[in-house]
Amino acid sequence: MNERELIPHLFRTEYRKITAVLCKLFGIEHIGIAEDIASDTFLLASETWALKGLPENPVAWLYVVSKNKAKDYLKHNSLFIQKIAPALTYSNAGIQEIEIDLSDQNIKDSQLQMMFAVCHPSISSEAQIGLSLKLLCGFGIVEIADAFLTNKETINKRLLRAKEKLRTEKIKIELPNEKDINERLENVLTTLYLLFNEGYYSPSQNTVLRKDLCFEAIRLSLLLVENDSTNTPSANALLSLMCFHASRFEARINPNGEIVLYEEQDETLWEKELIVKGEFYLNESSKGKILSKYHLEAAIAFWHTIKTDSKEKWDNILQLYNKLLQIEYSPIAALNRTFALSKSKGKQVAINEAEKLGLHNNHLYHSLLGNLYTDTDRQKALGHFETALQLVKNEADKKIILSYISHLL
Amino acid sequence: MTNFLLVFRNDYKNQPTPSSPEEMQAVMQQWMDWIGGIAAQNKLVDGGSALGSKGKVVRANKVVTDGPYTEIKELIGGYTIVKAESFDEAVKLAEGCPILKMGGNVEIRDIVVM
Repeated sequence: MNERELIPHLFRTEYRKITAVLCKLFGIEHIGIAEDIASDTFLLASETWALKGLPENPVAWLYVVSKNKAKDYLKHNSLFIQKIAPALTYSNAGIQEIEIDLSDQNIKDSQLQMMFAVCHPSISSEAQIGLSLKLLCGFGIVEIADAFLTNKETINKRLLRAKEKLRTEKIKIELPNEKDINERLENVLTTLYLLFNEGYYSPSQNTVLRKDLCFEAIRLSLLLVENDSTNTPSANALLSLMCFHASRFEARINPNGEIVLYEEQDETLWEKELIVKGEFYLNESSKGKILSKYHLEAAIAFWHTIKTDSKEKWDNILQLYNKLLQIEYSPIAALNRTFALSKSKGKQVAINEAEKLGLHNNHLYHSLLGNLYTDTDRQKALGHFETALQLVKNEADKKIILSYISHLL
Repeated sequence: MTNFLLVFRNDYKNQPTPSSPEEMQAVMQQWMDWIGGIAAQNKLVDGGSALGSKGKVVRANKVVTDGPYTEIKELIGGYTIVKAESFDEAVKLAEGCPILKMGGNVEIRDIVVM
């Protein structure tokens, strides 16, 4: 890797580590300073490395420079000396001796604690995802805007508001105490789940970016299961679910960035290694009495790693959806359950149940009914597909519906 | 939307007992499919529970008797709570209940909010 490729790569992997450690050291109200120091470090790296060539150990170089910059900042900024330094644990040792600990362990701990701060219930879930991408994943504003299909200004405003909230609520960068940790962890899991879905289901055509989002969600979930106090059955179930889904990433998007339906996927493209990991975490998740929606979704995803249709497969998926819907209703789960019902009990049974769902404004509902009628009533099938076409908003789904229609014509 | 209590009654004593784990499983699945279908319409409030076969009745003056006995024709075997716009809609939801295929019935009562 030359320095042109290396700097963006290191920015992605190291920026977030430096930021997390400095934030943890300075306190949440000084996120901006931590980010500035991390950014300055990379700016200096790109200037210096371009002139003098790469240092022997670029990561160590970044850490030394960011440490020095942090110390300089502490030395020269009177506000810092008056307001923050006294609160620092190491303050009585004097600024020069302040330990800026960029060890692996402290980086992991700081990132984990940051995760809990960012996913605080007082922050809106959109902003939680944005902040996570910025502070925990090292994404730039442009990439975040691209992932949300919006513009830089919107994302900037959203992040500023969220940081302001972190400040005014005086949220601490620490793991919640034992009493609160489960409740707070719920929030963290939800954000990671949404982050993953943002990548997996995003209508954005940028496949590389989407894959990055998914793997960042996996990386952050790994931080949770690697720490004893957050290694819960639900966290393992979520990680398992992500691994199973991610195993199909290559197979479900064709080179044009279009969705390939499950039935049409080339299963040789499924990543076996991720499936094995998914199974491992699914086993881990069963060590306890909790059955969360992540457990059920992971189990459903597990059955989808077996491509061959069997009665056993679809009976199991149907029962899992029955349970999932009792924990949490969502239109997509209701539609997927009806699809499983058609596989398990036949299309007529599924049509009867589908009619009761009351999702007439949902294009996926009409798409499903179109499919259920395809072999028996061409006219009805076409009618539903055409309604779906009128309701659909995203291009990817539109293409799928059009291909269904062309099969019928 | 009003919440409705669905009460399942049956002549449990004269029910054929499932002869194998598979049969037991099949009966369970029927119930789960029915409940799942209500949940898929977002009309399930509480999946409820099955009730055991023993019971006690408490009356005034600390009179406690056993029963109701499983011998009675219409023993309550379980309950579920659903939400619906009307009694008619609640009736429609109850129509798929597996107890009906086993000779039992479903009593539907609206839950009054005080």
